[in-house]
Amino acid sequence: MMMKIRITLNGKSISLEVPAHRLLLDLLRDEIGLTGTKEGCGTGDCGACTVFLNGKPVNSCLILSGELDGAEIVTIEGLKIGPELHPIQKAFIQDGGVQCGYCTSGMLMMSKALLDENLNPTEEEIRFALSGNLCRCTGYAKIVQAVQDAAAELRRMRAEG
Amino acid sequence: MKRPEPLEIFQPASVEEASAIVKEKGPGGRFLAGGTDLIIAIKEKGLAPKYVVDLKRVPNLSGIREEADGSLTIRALTTMREVEISPLIRKRFPFLAQSAAEVGSIQIRNRATVGGNMANATPSADVAPSLLVLEARAKIASAGGERVLSLEEFFHGPGQTAMLPEEILTAIVIPPTHPKLVGEYIKFSPREMMDLAYVGVAIALVLNGKEKRCESVRIALGAVSPTPMRARKAEAVIEKQIFTEELAEKAGEEAAKECKPISDVRSSAEYRRAMVGTMTKRALLNAAAQRPGPVPWVERRERRY
Ligand SMILES: Cc1cc2nc3c(=O)[nH]c(=O)nc-3n(C[C@H](O)[C@H](O)[C@H](O)COP(=O)(O)OP(=O)(O)OC[C@H]3O[C@@H](n4cnc5c(N)ncnc54)[C@H](O)[C@@H]3O)c2cc1C
Ligand code: FES
Ligand code: FES
Repeated sequence: MMMKIRITLNGKSISLEVPAHRLLLDLLRDEIGLTGTKEGCGTGDCGACTVFLNGKPVNSCLILSGELDGAEIVTIEGLKIGPELHPIQKAFIQDGGVQCGYCTSGMLMMSKALLDENLNPTEEEIRFALSGNLCRCTGYAKIVQAVQDAAAELRRMRAEG
Repeated sequence: MKRPEPLEIFQPASVEEASAIVKEKGPGGRFLAGGTDLIIAIKEKGLAPKYVVDLKRVPNLSGIREEADGSLTIRALTTMREVEISPLIRKRFPFLAQSAAEVGSIQIRNRATVGGNMANATPSADVAPSLLVLEARAKIASAGGERVLSLEEFFHGPGQTAMLPEEILTAIVIPPTHPKLVGEYIKFSPREMMDLAYVGVAIALVLNGKEKRCESVRIALGAVSPTPMRARKAEAVIEKQIFTEELAEKAGEEAAKECKPISDVRSSAEYRRAMVGTMTKRALLNAAAQRPGPVPWVERRERRY
């Protein structure tokens, strides 16, 4: 069954005609061409496919296009602030929070979700927030460090207005 | 990973309409809430629904509300994340908030609903034991009207409930509770929230006076019988007695006897039975050590194992 849907994707409103059973993940990657979102497991376990749906981080591998009319979606491609990388992206680069990069867009989206709610997270809170995101390269220590550094930078930016 | 087959998707605007669609289209369809069980069943278990009825556009099917009589209504499409962070639930039933926080990741909990967890009727459903000890009721509706069942009557077996195909779970209702009620939920699972419970134990307890006489106790177990279950023989060990560690241990032994675990990839039946004993005792002691009111997550974690 084909369905007409209108969504807001990374701030732009678009209309699409899509098969209702198409996964959001495939809609983004194969039909729209935004390949930053990755598929790791396809079963909700790894977090590589994390995007924001109506302001909340979700697994795009478990959502049907037919559910999406009216939805607001933000992907990794929408994380930058203008031409600049987001402070979370900069911190991952600076701290070595990226190795092969496969988990990275999911990690960044989930870190953003955490820091939107809490600009001063403890290590425990960071690990709790990222527990649905698997990384096979870094051993997580550098990712936790990057989130802490990004938090410090975001606090500094906020203090300076 | 397998992709879903083409399907028809309906987005009704009322419970009556949703129910009427199923009546008219007949067998082979599924309701859809958060999809975290349904899409997995499609991808991993070869389920191919002919049509899907998405309940997310039905108004008034989500949210948490305290009623004038002190009962608490959790509408079916309320997400696990909403239960986990609800100030009302954290204050009155921190162990229920905790059991919702044990379901998958934040990404999963932003989609997974309380109604879906009940309707899917997995023996290990993490919120079920906590709702059983609160003696929750299930509100079920169809085009033909509404009925209310106790959650115990609602579960019939693995994946099976008292609902007819065209019936919709609309809400879970927790009846008024004693102001001194304290509780606990332990999900025993080596990978914590990223794996299913090997054993789940929930407690609701009311102790009176310095001597800690047990006015009432409810014990429920997950993942150790065809449905989440109350452990009534274990409750009887403690009910009306002065609460002691020895009694908690005895209740654990009783619970281990009355559960009906199976062996599977996660664990053997014997191991599950032994863990029911240990975890029931531990959950009772944890509950008895608490005061009513919210408990911070980190403190709960440190206390757990
Ligand atoms: C990675 C991952 C980890 C998970 N971890 C856990 C865990 O730790 N603990 C746990 O308990 N569960 C876990 N789950 C399972 C799942 O997330 C929960 O059971 C969830 O609560 C299901 O809710 P849902 O809204 O997603 O249900 P859906 O998938 O939308 O529906 C599930 C079933 O219930 C039916 N249904 C849903 N809502 C209604 C309704 N209102 N009325 C009638 N029928 C209805 C549907 O037709 C379907 O058959 C996990 C799942 C994944 C993918
Ligand atoms: S691909 Fe979606 S969680 Fe792994
Ligand atoms: S950097 Fe390779 S999986 Fe995380």
